[in-house]
Amino acid sequence: MEKFTTHTGIGVPLRRSNVDTDQIIPAVYLKRVTRTGFEDALFAAWRGDESFVLNQDEYKAGSVLVAGPDFGTGSSREHAVWALKDYGFKVVLASRFADIFRGNSGKQGLVTGIVSQENIELLWKLLETEPGKQITVSLEDRTATCGELTVPFEIDDYVRWRLMEGLDDIGLTLQNEGDITAFEGTRDAWRPKTLPAKTDEKFVVEAARPAQ
Amino acid sequence: MGTTLAEKLWADHLVRKGEDGAPDLIYIDLHMCHEVTSPQAFEGLRLAGRQVRRPDLTIATEDHNTPTLDIDKPIADLTSRTQVDTLRNNAKEFGIRIHSLGDADQGIVHVVGPQLGLTMPGMTVVCGDSHTSTHGAFGSLAFGIGTSEVEHVLATQTLPLKPFKTMAINVEGELPEGSTAKDIILAIIAKIGTGGGQGYVLEYRGEAIRKLSMEARMTICNMSIEAGARAGMIAPDETTFEYVKGRPHAPEGAEWDAAVDYWRTLTTDDDAVFDTEVTLNAADLEPFVTWGTNPGQGLPLSATVPNPAEIADADEREAAANAIKYMGLTPGQPLRDLAIDTVFLGSCTNGRIEDLRAAAEIIQGRTKAPNTRMLVVPGSARVRLQAEQEGLDKVFIEFGAEWRNAGCSMCLGMNPDQLKPEERSASTSNRNFEGRQGKGGRTHLVSPLVAAATAVRGTLSSPADLADADVLVGAGA
Repeated sequence: MEKFTTHTGIGVPLRRSNVDTDQIIPAVYLKRVTRTGFEDALFAAWRGDESFVLNQDEYKAGSVLVAGPDFGTGSSREHAVWALKDYGFKVVLASRFADIFRGNSGKQGLVTGIVSQENIELLWKLLETEPGKQITVSLEDRTATCGELTVPFEIDDYVRWRLMEGLDDIGLTLQNEGDITAFEGTRDAWRPKTLPAKTDEKFVVEAARPAQ
Repeated sequence: MGTTLAEKLWADHLVRKGEDGAPDLIYIDLHMCHEVTSPQAFEGLRLAGRQVRRPDLTIATEDHNTPTLDIDKPIADLTSRTQVDTLRNNAKEFGIRIHSLGDADQGIVHVVGPQLGLTMPGMTVVCGDSHTSTHGAFGSLAFGIGTSEVEHVLATQTLPLKPFKTMAINVEGELPEGSTAKDIILAIIAKIGTGGGQGYVLEYRGEAIRKLSMEARMTICNMSIEAGARAGMIAPDETTFEYVKGRPHAPEGAEWDAAVDYWRTLTTDDDAVFDTEVTLNAADLEPFVTWGTNPGQGLPLSATVPNPAEIADADEREAAANAIKYMGLTPGQPLRDLAIDTVFLGSCTNGRIEDLRAAAEIIQGRTKAPNTRMLVVPGSARVRLQAEQEGLDKVFIEFGAEWRNAGCSMCLGMNPDQLKPEERSASTSNRNFEGRQGKGGRTHLVSPLVAAATAVRGTLSSPADLADADVLVGAGA
């Protein structure tokens, strides 16, 4: 993962609350098996509407999304984060985020900064008065600056550290593999295993689709 | 001070305590996979040269993309077929058990786990699907994860996690006839909001919850995510043990006894303190339906479409106005007057045998409204088989409903079962987001009882509405 310290880019005001992950990327785009190439899918249903903010020339190249509360609710699809990143977004600012979305963002290097709704409103006004205005986001200082206005944002300390160092979670966990093995030695015998497979003898049916 | 159920489960799965602000490392007992959120995770393993640490704690099934008709033919949509084939190939390569389309144990991942007896009390259960909260009904800590976390669990069988806060949801009193678990959870979400559970594990408690069957408890826990919570849970009791006992993967003999001894300890201590508590009286609950485009925008069926101008909060007012526009509604319109094009009975929320039985009981001997279609999609192939053994399929077919094969179906627009633009549905699924059931589709979330009564009358209805002889026109015809 790339290290993140500071980023400057065009701010995009998204005046909507409860933007769920079905809006960020509709299910029909989830069929791909790759991790990139989702930029066309971002906000797909709204992109057809000329008045949608990303269809306006000044905001098209945006990289800092300033959204309403409860951003990223609903489905756990990490595709929502990939679509935002593939489009070019590096940061999302909102007063509240859904837990899974925020977690997914942290794993993928997308910064989710929690800004008070009052300050979100101030940012919206600035970005709407002067479309194309840039925002500088400093992860080091936990601030977002737009012209004269600097607002603080919250982000989990550990996530911030990982983003700034560009560290991969699996690598970090495997440093403690000995602890995992030790824990496995203490697990109760009744805990189920998926293998060997057991199925319900009451129902014996032939597969409708022949095995490959 | 005592501890809550969630805290006990956390402590029992703690591999390593996080230091200096680092998250705890939590062991995962069961990892379920499906075709949509796993391909990039397996690819990540391949690129890093890693193996699946515990294939014996992992299981895969095909559900989101799978068609519910013509399942003996190759999947017509090529990208869907590629995704399903990718899961099959990954399962083969990494040695993971998979239940493919056509297999008797295929179905929606959250129906398959409990049915096989792989979900039981005292576990940690994850899946790359937000409705993994379903499994919390057994007194387990169960939650949805993103694809990066799927890869993490495949590689390490653990997850780095910060402890959740705890919220008690006390549902007291007795549920009136005609109201169901679905109405309880829709009312809870309307009360605390779609963000109300953020950061929390919800524990559903109280008299009304204790009286629910396991399948009804699963319906409640399933929609915890719709209140913003990662997980929801219900302490295990005799109802839980009875449900698990005898299932294919349930412990037997001495192991069963040891398990039950442990499971009995899985309750929140009397002196434990929750971070937040919410109380609801079940006796007040009427059948609940959603009118808007998030699951918190719900009202009793007897209500009218709200008027945004009367909503004080600016944000909620705008959200309501957007929703009413999208849904093609008029403020003040009675919800009961809304004509429904499609009734969908199914999904991981309400696609279990009890849901099918409840709906079949309502429609038996009645005739479907002529302009309403009804899709009945069992949550798993076994639910379908069970229903057929009980003759429910005949009841649905005689009524005029379509009897389909198992899968996520119309819950989300990833397979051929979709709404057309502006088509209005009464759906027993879990999300009424814009376009969720197909681009431009309009979704009203309902219980299986409301779904069935709606299919009879053609407008949003509860079984109580059917008591009126006038509406029984065509019954038995």
